[in-house]
Amino acid sequence: MSATVTPASSVAGPSLAGPSTATVVCDYDRLTPELGVAALVGGEQVALFRLADGSVHAVQNLDPFSGAHVISRGITGDRAGVPTVASPLYKQVFSLIDGACLVTMDKEPVEGHAAHLRVFLVTVEHGKVLVAAA
Amino acid sequence: MSTQRIVVVGAGMVAHRFVTTLLERDGAGRFEVEVYGEEDYAPYDRVALTSYFQGTSAEGLLLGEPSLWEDPRVTLHRGVRVESIDREARTVATSDGGEAGYDHLVLATGSYAWAPPVPGVDLPGVFMYRTVDDVARLREWVETRQRFFNRPVRGAVIGGGLLGLEAAGALQSLGATSTVVEFAPRLMALQVDESGGEALKRLIEKLGVTVRTGVATSEVRADRDGNAGTLVFADGGEQLVDVVVFATGIRPRDNLGRDAGLVIGERGGIVVDDTSLTADPAISAIGECAAAAADGHLSVGLIAPGNTMADVAVDRLLGGDAVYMGADTATKLKLLGVDVASFGDAFATTPGALEVVYSDPFSGAYKKLVMTDDASTLLGGMFVGDASAYATLRPMIGATLPGDPSAWILPEGAVERPDLELPDAATVCSCNNVTAGAIRDAVNHDGCHDLGAVKSCTKAGTACGSCLPLVKKIMGAELEKAGLEVSNALCEHFAMSRAQLFSAIQVADLRTFSDVLERFGTGRGCDICKPTVGSILASLHNEHVLGGDRAALQDTNDRVMANMQKDGTYSVVPRIPGGEITPAKLMVIAQVAEDFGLYTKITGGQRIDLFGARLEQLPQIWKRLVDAGMESGHAYGKSLRTVKSCVGSTWCRYGVQDSASMSIALELRYRGLRSPHKIKLGVSGCARECAEARGKDVGLIATERGWNVYVGGNGGFTPAHADLLVADASDEEAFRVIDRYLMLYIRTADRLQRTAAWQAEYEGGLDEIRRVVVEDSLGICAELDAHMAHHLDTYEDEWKAVLDDPERLRQFTSFVNAPDQADPSLAYVEQRGQRRPATPAERESGAVLIAPARLEVHS
Repeated sequence: MSATVTPASSVAGPSLAGPSTATVVCDYDRLTPELGVAALVGGEQVALFRLADGSVHAVQNLDPFSGAHVISRGITGDRAGVPTVASPLYKQVFSLIDGACLVTMDKEPVEGHAAHLRVFLVTVEHGKVLVAAA
Repeated sequence: MSTQRIVVVGAGMVAHRFVTTLLERDGAGRFEVEVYGEEDYAPYDRVALTSYFQGTSAEGLLLGEPSLWEDPRVTLHRGVRVESIDREARTVATSDGGEAGYDHLVLATGSYAWAPPVPGVDLPGVFMYRTVDDVARLREWVETRQRFFNRPVRGAVIGGGLLGLEAAGALQSLGATSTVVEFAPRLMALQVDESGGEALKRLIEKLGVTVRTGVATSEVRADRDGNAGTLVFADGGEQLVDVVVFATGIRPRDNLGRDAGLVIGERGGIVVDDTSLTADPAISAIGECAAAAADGHLSVGLIAPGNTMADVAVDRLLGGDAVYMGADTATKLKLLGVDVASFGDAFATTPGALEVVYSDPFSGAYKKLVMTDDASTLLGGMFVGDASAYATLRPMIGATLPGDPSAWILPEGAVERPDLELPDAATVCSCNNVTAGAIRDAVNHDGCHDLGAVKSCTKAGTACGSCLPLVKKIMGAELEKAGLEVSNALCEHFAMSRAQLFSAIQVADLRTFSDVLERFGTGRGCDICKPTVGSILASLHNEHVLGGDRAALQDTNDRVMANMQKDGTYSVVPRIPGGEITPAKLMVIAQVAEDFGLYTKITGGQRIDLFGARLEQLPQIWKRLVDAGMESGHAYGKSLRTVKSCVGSTWCRYGVQDSASMSIALELRYRGLRSPHKIKLGVSGCARECAEARGKDVGLIATERGWNVYVGGNGGFTPAHADLLVADASDEEAFRVIDRYLMLYIRTADRLQRTAAWQAEYEGGLDEIRRVVVEDSLGICAELDAHMAHHLDTYEDEWKAVLDDPERLRQFTSFVNAPDQADPSLAYVEQRGQRRPATPAERESGAVLIAPARLEVHS
């Protein structure tokens, strides 16, 4: 299952069977390409990215290597074609597809946290961005 | 094993080397060391004595880490002379009336300046050139006489060797005229032949120094006040002088050994064998006071062999079997800015030796290689005026030179120079005696894959640094052979280095990341190439960092123009140029900090840092600061940070220039200039250097006549003292040379490379940089100047621009779907009347938290 849907497919295709708990977060146009924003979804902080190719991705905003909620302010990019975001604090790099930590910078996550990011299901319908609560 | 007591007599450079090496290698703590030095200073860099005239303080010349003398195993007795040795009792008697016993004695008394016994050598105004006190007295004399006569002081140096030319340069830098008087028929008779001496003479005379060779001085005659006034020559000639420096050679200080009955060489010096031992197995002698068997029982007046003797002595004390093989008399010097170098059989004394000579009529350079009779094997060489090939060729002595040897002495580019493979045994760093083999070992077996690692592992290039280009080349060749990445590629998206990318973007005149990526890269970019390209675009065009598609290129600090702290909040630093601020502005900062509950701390850069601002608070905070006339301090950027200064001549009773005004002018000139790494400047109003300018990327130190401009200093992880770029510059000259230096750095440095490392790795080092930015040797100065002029014309305050732009302000929201809500995870505790982030344990206990809501401010 893909965690992302491009706006083109979601608008043109049949309405996705998004989870009933999905929250409308903002207008798709509110998102600037390659610049993340944070959102509150069911009391949880989510980092939301619209990439240059139009796709939208959501991962946890909590940076497991610092304990601060900063992932939305990281730099997007790719590692061998996989879209990524880098933590602005200690520069670990995470996949936006499955949340895996691709570059640990030889550091361990802070106690009680896994190294990877949780991924949230994002859909775009009628120009609105929906994120599924956990 | 009980502790052995080592007494070292002398506290010069070689003694310093001995003590450092012994302490480093004596892991077991077997030794305790007593060092006696008659000068009032800890060991200093005598070779760099002349830099004392260019503003370096006596402290600045000190060798190594001061912490050496805090080691409990070593005691330094300054200002205490050893008077005699009792070899029976194994004790020395000292000038303070004391006595010290030794298990082993090391004599490192060096040499003294020798002056011929001509009448008048003891007149006031006649000086030697040997110690810090010598040069301090010389400086004081010249400055006093200058004020007294109110005209340039007339100086003369007796002796046209290395020290004599150094002294002539020193006189010139003090504003005196100088004449060099040499008894031999040419200058530097030990290093260069007749043609080389002629070339040197011409080059030096071009610099305004008068040279008289083949002239013996018979008397220094007093003027009517009893000071040195006239030089009288053996041929009857005379010359009026106000100051005379004798640099007529050195003699070993061997009297302690002589009085103690040790064997003394025919021409002086305590005789030692190839293990640095004297005739008494409990006594070693090292450096210029020793006359080693391997040197034909002659004392050698160079630092490198002295260091080797010190290393051998240490190794023997530790039970090793090191042997002193004799001095490598190869030398490379820069005298009055003229390169002079010679190595190996420079005078072609080997039977059948061939000399390949090139004399450049335009530059005045003279170059010579000495080859075996079949022109295949290198025996030695000599360079005057251009010694660029020296570092490569010197280690090749005894090896076959492929191709036409003249390729090495013809102007660069005239004939292609073949690639040389140095033999393993070839010495690459003569200061620390590191061979090419040792460097290859470090790369292949010790995992040293960058220059810094090779340097710290082998010590190559850590003394004078002149071999660094060669070290880098050897390292690169080894890495390539091992199939290791020597690529300069920035990251997986760009195969180019930052410097290559800079010129590519400049030539192609690109303005957006997507264009740069499409043209020169692959993929989507990443956290390495994006900020680099963002910085290059900002350096080139000076457009707003958040304009176009550039916001997404920046690290969060640049993106929101504040510094992210560990809990995800930011610190705010308004610019306070030169650290000067009005009470009114200070009150605005205080009020903002109070209203937003910001933790407040004075920075090392003479400004104020306000911590704990949330993303969404930044525009409100900056609105108030901008309204009060303040602007971004760029504390978040790879750009100019601060120009630190002392108060200068307006208030300080010692200040000789207005350092505060200068630092403000510099800070306003370079504010917002994006660069490969952060840049810090400093300006000191006098030689006391209160602003610590030599620890900065660019440091200005006031002189009576203007500013000495130092470059490439660094605090931080690898501290470095800045080196002199130009002396006595006017304000305008200083601006121009700093403009060009910074622009050259911005164009050619690697990503995140500070100026110190850039300068060390720049092909040809600081000398080449000076040629580029002062003499315009590459013909690019007009372009560098235009680039800086563009920066000055287009500067705007980044924060003001953002406050005026609703689109960019949208970036500063906490949650896209709850813009009024603060990050609920933030938690603080109070400490010394301010707040700081709570630790995980404090969060757990929950007892002392300050809720962020309490600090909410709605403007």
